Amino acid sequence: MQSKSFMNADAVESLVDEMAGKLWSLMNERGIQAPLLVGIRTGGVWLAEMLHQELGLEEPLGTLDISFYRDDFTRIGMNPEVHPSDLPVPVDDRHIVLIDDVLHTGRTMRAALNEIFDYGRPASVILACLVERKGRELPIQPDVVALHKEMKPGEHITLTGPEPLGLVIGTESNRESRNGESGAET
Amino acid sequence: MSRGPSLQLDDAGRLRHFLTIDGLSRELLTEILDTSEGFAGVSERTVKKVPLCRGKIVANLFFENSTRTRTTFELAGKRLSADVLNLNITASSTSKGETLLDTLRNLEAMHVDMFVVRHAVSGAAHFIAKHAAPGVGVINAGDGRHAHPTQAMLDMFTIRRHKGEFTGLRVAIIGDILHSRVARSQILALNTLGVSEVRVIAPRTLLPIEARSLGVHIYHDMDEGIRDVDVVIMLRLQKERMQGAMLPSEHEYYRLFGLTEARLAAADSEAIVMHPGPINRGVEMASEVADGSRSVILQQVSYGIAVRMAVISIIIGTQNQQSQDNKG
Repeated sequence: MQSKSFMNADAVESLVDEMAGKLWSLMNERGIQAPLLVGIRTGGVWLAEMLHQELGLEEPLGTLDISFYRDDFTRIGMNPEVHPSDLPVPVDDRHIVLIDDVLHTGRTMRAALNEIFDYGRPASVILACLVERKGRELPIQPDVVALHKEMKPGEHITLTGPEPLGLVIGTESNRESRNGESGAET
Repeated sequence: MSRGPSLQLDDAGRLRHFLTIDGLSRELLTEILDTSEGFAGVSERTVKKVPLCRGKIVANLFFENSTRTRTTFELAGKRLSADVLNLNITASSTSKGETLLDTLRNLEAMHVDMFVVRHAVSGAAHFIAKHAAPGVGVINAGDGRHAHPTQAMLDMFTIRRHKGEFTGLRVAIIGDILHSRVARSQILALNTLGVSEVRVIAPRTLLPIEARSLGVHIYHDMDEGIRDVDVVIMLRLQKERMQGAMLPSEHEYYRLFGLTEARLAAADSEAIVMHPGPINRGVEMASEVADGSRSVILQQVSYGIAVRMAVISIIIGTQNQQSQDNKG
């Protein structure tokens, strides 16, 4: 995969500020005061940590590794780098903000929602993404987005980090190679 | 035994059967432990199940009795959303004269995806893996005196959880090494994962002749062998496998090799005590040790579910990929 830088750390950070602002107003609109932030590994966790700080939340954030919920397990086997998911508090009746770097097909979100519901029954789930691109394969739409990006077929946009954060655009010559942090499902 | 590795790994080095620790790399063992870590959290949730192996069928083929291993394999399969069949073979087909291969073919005709095999004969799981249809994975849940690799991996997981890194650790395995497939698998795993020292402590009559070639330090004196170790692994005295006079008496064995609080005092002050179960209280170890603060024996059982979930899902993943590769 060839990749080139699309945004540097400063630009990404101002996108995160934008995300935080939009999330803040959506939460006000809905009357949500203490949401539970949940980041999807790996990029989503970096963003969740930043948003957690910007919103000044006290409760720890959660992290999800959706490896056990992927719909392509029967095709590509077990992800060798699975990490435990960690939701530090019960999700029952909580307002959850699910955070990921890139929303593309929607399959990761489907997996994440299924996993969250195996922990309990949240009051609501807000979906916040840094970047949204076309190509949805499921009826899933974001509530908060910092950037809508037009992409060519075969192109991938990935958040790299955590120090420094950056957005890179890669062209995958061979779709079968799914290694790297971009993942097959976005 | 060298027949394991090529049989249990595919061309890309992925695990397609789990028969023995022999020949597996440190990276692969670490991958199993890391994946197990992911599954360990599932047991603490409201819904203790993930959908990973939905629609798959796992058959527990137990030719030999076992409660803990069979139950934890059953739970592991169920928590992966697989359908689990428990076949107590001694009580079914073989007594009617059906051969092992016929039993296998029949189960394959029912589209079973995985066999978990426990057998009194060494090499039984290898035999089944060799004859299993493509796409069917086999896990050795204990074969004769040969190997019990998932037990060894859950022991490694227990050690890593309680002790962190393997490097620098001194581990003592104590008791009936001769009859123990668990000890063989543990020694291989500990050496592969790079502990500093593996000691075996046993009476001469319960030590196999080839013990020295396993890369261990041998002790016949318990008090000497246990000194400063970080991990104490007790083995069960396998009375049912002993013929003739291997031991003077259980009482004598306990006096010489039984783990008591007094003996444990010579180990490192942070040492943990493990046992694969079932425990013969008052034979291998005192009840006060088994139930004491340094015992992690019940944690081993819990971790066993996560480790078996990891092994089942890794193998089913490999087998799926292979059939995918073959298709196109």
